[in-house]
Amino acid sequence: MTVSTELELQSFVLLRLGERRFAISAKEIAELVAPSRVFRFPHRTPKLEGVILRRGRIVPVCDVSEMLLGKRLTSRRFYLIVVRNYGAHKEWVAIPVTGECELINAEMTAAVESDAPHVAGWLSHDGDVIEVLNIDTLTPGPERALAGAAGRQPPEAQS
Amino acid sequence: MRFAAPVKTTPAKTEQIVLFRVSGQLFAISSASVQEVRSADSMSGAATEISAPGLRKVRHVLRRGDRSLFIVNGAMHFGLHAAEGAQLFVLRKTRTALLIDGIEKMTTMSRLQALPLSFCHEERQWYRGLTALDQTVVPVVHPEGFLSPEELALLDAALLQADKPASEDPEGTSCAP
Repeated sequence: MTVSTELELQSFVLLRLGERRFAISAKEIAELVAPSRVFRFPHRTPKLEGVILRRGRIVPVCDVSEMLLGKRLTSRRFYLIVVRNYGAHKEWVAIPVTGECELINAEMTAAVESDAPHVAGWLSHDGDVIEVLNIDTLTPGPERALAGAAGRQPPEAQS
Repeated sequence: MRFAAPVKTTPAKTEQIVLFRVSGQLFAISSASVQEVRSADSMSGAATEISAPGLRKVRHVLRRGDRSLFIVNGAMHFGLHAAEGAQLFVLRKTRTALLIDGIEKMTTMSRLQALPLSFCHEERQWYRGLTALDQTVVPVVHPEGFLSPEELALLDAALLQADKPASEDPEGTSCAP
């Protein structure tokens, strides 16, 4: 293995959602935890189920399965707690997953323009081509709300 | 993998809060924000009907001298199942009287955590943040978050409209006999 090849290898966490596997850069993972009680309260942000309490922190739970699989998960075994960037600010977000996760080293092929916004890149592992997820576009945040608002028609002026 | 330890907050500064329910859901509000607690029945005679287009959560207004307090149905505001509110919170420094199921208890919170940034819609106006109490998480409401300036403008316009017939009819001929 050459020095240049070693430099291209990165660590990823493989996660399972239903029958599919996805990857997230290991740098964006905080921890994997067993499911705990989800506290729900009224809100208007899609995909957010509520929050969990984890070591004194209140962590939002974001179910990304519908966006990635087209259906909601019926079973969940763990929460993968990822680090979501909001500019310079970082916050934890818990993503429900259906199976155990695996840490691998692999070389990522960067996403191209035609890929979905939530795809950061692709990697090949065990004969599978696996999507590397971009947490910042997969989970909700103020910038997405602003983009959504900009995309909507302005309300008609009331006379 | 190592991650930075959670940011330490400033030494515990407690705040007195009132826990209350709306359509069965638990919320908290700073007790300093609650000016009065009244039973909804006791206000029924004093409240008059109001209808602002697109604003179903406000159906009644309370007149207090030259001040109008808009009665906000908490269940409708939060998009919860409609419930008959039994009590009213008159909120200090606002024009809101909030219709709730009832008060759970008064307690103190020692830490208010900002609403995670993932929550990025109307709830950011609704809540000051979240607090953990007895291993449960409770949203702490923002007293000014029940009526936006735009909604208040709509309600004021509806109020003006409702007052018009009386002021434009000094003879009082439009009044019911």
